[in-house]
Amino acid sequence: MYAIVAGGGKVGANVARSLLRLGNEVTLVEQERDRFERLEDEFEHQVQRGDATELHVLERAGIGRPPDIVLALTGDDEDNLVIAQLAREKYGVEQVIARVNDPRNQAHFDLLGISPTVCATSSIMALVEHEVPEHDLIHLLELRKENLEIVEVAIDRDSPSAGKRVEALELPDGARLISVMRSGRAEIAVGSTQLEAGDQVLAILEPGKEDELRRVLLRR
Amino acid sequence: MNALIIGCGRVGSSIALQLQREGWDVTVVDENEDALARLGDHWPGAFIVGHGMDVDLLREAGIEEADAVVAATDGDNTNIVIAQVAQKRFDIGCVVARVLDPARADFYTTRGLRTVCPTKTAIDTLMEAVRSCAPTNVARVTL
Repeated sequence: MYAIVAGGGKVGANVARSLLRLGNEVTLVEQERDRFERLEDEFEHQVQRGDATELHVLERAGIGRPPDIVLALTGDDEDNLVIAQLAREKYGVEQVIARVNDPRNQAHFDLLGISPTVCATSSIMALVEHEVPEHDLIHLLELRKENLEIVEVAIDRDSPSAGKRVEALELPDGARLISVMRSGRAEIAVGSTQLEAGDQVLAILEPGKEDELRRVLLRR
Repeated sequence: MNALIIGCGRVGSSIALQLQREGWDVTVVDENEDALARLGDHWPGAFIVGHGMDVDLLREAGIEEADAVVAATDGDNTNIVIAQVAQKRFDIGCVVARVLDPARADFYTTRGLRTVCPTKTAIDTLMEAVRSCAPTNVARVTL
């Protein structure tokens, strides 16, 4: 396949290198002179110098073909947003992946329909939360397109749900239990599943239902 | 009428001062505290230090009550993103973005964004000036 990678920093250069190693055709675009010259030693004609938010730079990189995928991986979120919009809406590129540098800008990418996005900070924070839970409700996965999220809840002895069957719980609308993990084994949660202290419960819910779910399962 | 101006450079500050004189309530946002100096010694409006991509800051700056938003930072892409956020997230009817690159200005104009491209204005004005010097317009004096 043919890929254009915008941004030749650590992320962009490593992605370009990996794509090339897999036998793909790649054009890497880097704006800064020093960085471009260093990249040129390795990537030769496969790196071009320019601002990838400028149409003539994208066109020189072959965006008109169009490429199978464009990766907007610069260190500037506004640049990545514009590259993604231009690629998709002006040149009809079907697959666009954008990097989010500042997680606070995620909402802008969502608002403008740029998806999928990758944010290192958010991924690391999700891992931290999973490995060192600070909260009783751990966010495992955000299904952005579906507007749903999957969370993990640990049931303890004081939880009002301990000893209750799933069907007896007054779960809020927009929240369902998926599975119950007990002594290393997971089972799909059905109406007759009885929760016990020590269970790890997975739930799927609409964002904003966390507090209600917490109240039903943990009374907190 | 409330106006929110993002970016207090030469352009942003001049617009802010002029709107204020015309009776608007103006709030100005700039990343750099020193930019306040461009608004003179007695700026009666609000001035908030921060980045215009920050939604909390935009709220603090009163974007929800704004009748007009002007994105006039020195970054084309920053202006393009802020203007789209103002338009789509906050539903502001009057949003104008300064975009120096004519190609990007054209593209976003076709997508329904109101852009102002000083580069294009300069090109047009200069072309007009040069054309007016062309031989047909120059009075020939024969001695």
